[in-house]
Amino acid sequence: MKFAILVNEGPYTHQSSDSAFHFTQAALNLGHEILRVFFYHDGVHNATRLTTPPQDDRHIINRWSQLAAQHDLDLVVCVAAAQRRGVMDAAEQKRHGKDANNIADGFRISGLGQLIEAGIAADQLVSFGD
Amino acid sequence: MNELNNSGDTGENKPAIPTPKIKKFLYINRRAPHGTNYAHEGLEMALMGAAYDQEVVMVYLDDGVFQLRRGQDTAEIGTKNFSATYRALPDYEVRQVLVEKKSLAERGMSKADLMELVCEDEDDGAPTSLIQLVDESQLREMIDQADVVLNF
Repeated sequence: MKFAILVNEGPYTHQSSDSAFHFTQAALNLGHEILRVFFYHDGVHNATRLTTPPQDDRHIINRWSQLAAQHDLDLVVCVAAAQRRGVMDAAEQKRHGKDANNIADGFRISGLGQLIEAGIAADQLVSFGD
Repeated sequence: MNELNNSGDTGENKPAIPTPKIKKFLYINRRAPHGTNYAHEGLEMALMGAAYDQEVVMVYLDDGVFQLRRGQDTAEIGTKNFSATYRALPDYEVRQVLVEKKSLAERGMSKADLMELVCEDEDDGAPTSLIQLVDESQLREMIDQADVVLNF
């Protein structure tokens, strides 16, 4: 089956951010296709490489980056939601004249259309949020 | 509407997924318009879906019915009053705005408390309200018929 995944909550506050990861990993292990994972609302905070959890806890951001590298996953962060919350890649940094960027490996910033497109192409869009 | 156009959406890293068909996207809005940002960003996503020529059904349920309340004023809480953006729904060819009757009644409201969202009737051009009051069973049917259901 072809899935599109929507992540609407931030890491370490909401279970839905973990659940989205576990679902995606399980689907891939069972041979399903993940067309795209889209991060919206506070979900964009799953994409910042500055995240530094205590060493005895899971690293939610690195976990996504590793999964993306293993499976060539398309992890897309909504640009409008990211701008509001200070998540930037190099292009956004330049465009807005900021002094830093913070996007983690394997994520890219793009528009809401990417979620709509994935929703059209997928057999099921599964959202994770409160 | 500037936020929608300000997407910087190049999609250059991956080839675009081909998107040939029209699907029914149903957006369930259950939260008050202010207090959290879900309503605002949910509306932005719905308008984007409509801009992609998909069928869009907006549903207002529970505290979500407050989103359509007329005469909203956010000056005292210092947040952006985005309520005028709902008026873009008819311009984006959204024709179904469903408000759950019981949610409205439980909050002491009637259709007269809601903002006017009108389009021109396809046959005679007369102004027609997009807002339909529905009950739970009608809503269940609409959700069953939708291809993509999003909750905000």
